[in-house]
Amino acid sequence: MAVFSRGFTGRRHEQNDALPPGQYLTEDFPVLSAGPTPKVPTDTWQFSVRNENDDVTTWNWDEFQALGPEEIHTDIHCVTRWSKLGTSWRGVSLDRVFEKIDTSFEYVMASSYGGYTTNVPLADLLDGKAWIATEFEGGPLDPEHGGPARLLVPHLYFWKSAKWVRGLQMLPTDEPGFWEQNGYNIYGDPWKEQRYW
Amino acid sequence: MTSTWKVGTVAAIHAETPTARTLELDVPDWPGNLAGQHLDLRLTAPDGYTATRSYSIASADSGPRVQLAVDRLPDGEVSPYLVNDVIVGDELEVRGPLGGWFVWRPEQTEPVQLIGGGSGIVPLMAMIRAHEAAGSTARFRLLYSVREPGDAFFAAELAELERSSEHLEITWVYTRKTPDGWPTPAGRVTPAILEASTISAAENPTVFVCGPTGFVEAVADILVELGHSSGSVKTERFGGA
Amino acid sequence: MMSHLDGNAIAGPLSEIFGADMTMASGRCGGCGDVSPLAMAMVYLKPNAYIVRCHVCDTMLIMVVESRASVAIEIEGLDSLVIPR
Repeated sequence: MAVFSRGFTGRRHEQNDALPPGQYLTEDFPVLSAGPTPKVPTDTWQFSVRNENDDVTTWNWDEFQALGPEEIHTDIHCVTRWSKLGTSWRGVSLDRVFEKIDTSFEYVMASSYGGYTTNVPLADLLDGKAWIATEFEGGPLDPEHGGPARLLVPHLYFWKSAKWVRGLQMLPTDEPGFWEQNGYNIYGDPWKEQRYW
Repeated sequence: MTSTWKVGTVAAIHAETPTARTLELDVPDWPGNLAGQHLDLRLTAPDGYTATRSYSIASADSGPRVQLAVDRLPDGEVSPYLVNDVIVGDELEVRGPLGGWFVWRPEQTEPVQLIGGGSGIVPLMAMIRAHEAAGSTARFRLLYSVREPGDAFFAAELAELERSSEHLEITWVYTRKTPDGWPTPAGRVTPAILEASTISAAENPTVFVCGPTGFVEAVADILVELGHSSGSVKTERFGGA
Repeated sequence: MMSHLDGNAIAGPLSEIFGADMTMASGRCGGCGDVSPLAMAMVYLKPNAYIVRCHVCDTMLIMVVESRASVAIEIEGLDSLVIPR
């Protein structure tokens, strides 16, 4: 038997066409992590993509930056219901990355320093929809927000934007990553409120 | 059972600081609680949405009355409701008392050092009150870090207890603004302050540290450097919202 | 910003699952062998889950995942868990 709390509605959900359903605006950048923050210096950082033939393409920091980072202005939406509008990032488009990759597989598992994984269809990473971001609001990305580099897939809930990303593995079918195995939606579209099972 | 939800009624409210207030709840099934325990508080919206948070208990009584002191967090969801909206007579669901580790029992006789940051004073206040109520002669020392004088919880009661008790000593640390004429500038707790103003490791005190995660971890690290064994330093971190 | 809390923070939900005060339960870490009350462990909260890590070596001791239908508890990282009566 629930006891209703007089006048309690949860956070105010503002009327704003830029806000997906059930989200509220925040000026903060909340930190939500499942473990201690990995410290990954850029001089040992590597990023790699493994295709179906187990060919691994690897970049070090300087090689990766040479792919040509770009400015990104986007809204981000966390499954815990906060959204931030108009955030500024700098990063390398995954279109640049996949120019170098020979694959016919259509699904991707991203893995992170620290051991976490998340799955994304390849189509959601291409055509200017996703980046490996290394700067936020004009400065290097803080380790607590995923620095030195995080995946940035802003049209999906933000857990898909894997912090401390270290590599992508091509897969023939969509397989759940760590949180997707533990209750999070396999795809995570904020406009459809694909939060949990 | 401490693990079941009970309905408490708000019996009294008073302002603690400009952003915090004390709520007294009457919880008919409350079994009483030890000093330092906490409870979970659950709010339910008309659509069934619930939000649950943990709050330390400022009281340590055997009866059905429970005192909480809640600081409003700027981007919070539950604390603004408790600080701005709740009125006497409202019903709130609680689960507890919870936790058997971060507690002080009146039969303990060793010296006790309490270190609180901000609203981390709340469970420590329960210990100070239990110490006073039991007539304990165990040595108690409190170091209380607040941003500025107006942010102190229980300021008048602490001042009165320090005056009247032979066994309680209080050190204030102001991190942003001190009272007029204060001998030292505002600043965070440092190794030098802890060394000068807390019970030394040589006296084998039990140390309770409560506050935001960053505060607790900074203080606990310094205490270990000052020779306290990590087993004698009990910590409780709070986040919020 | 909040990154983590400690075992005190999950006393309520764990008491619902185990029917006991788990802050005083002592766990032996499978990673480093440390034996400590769960109150001392580091706790990372996620919207539907919490992860409990060793305060010494950060090994994941317990993961609790809640859904509408079930509560799943993974205790792979614990060698043993002693719950006081």
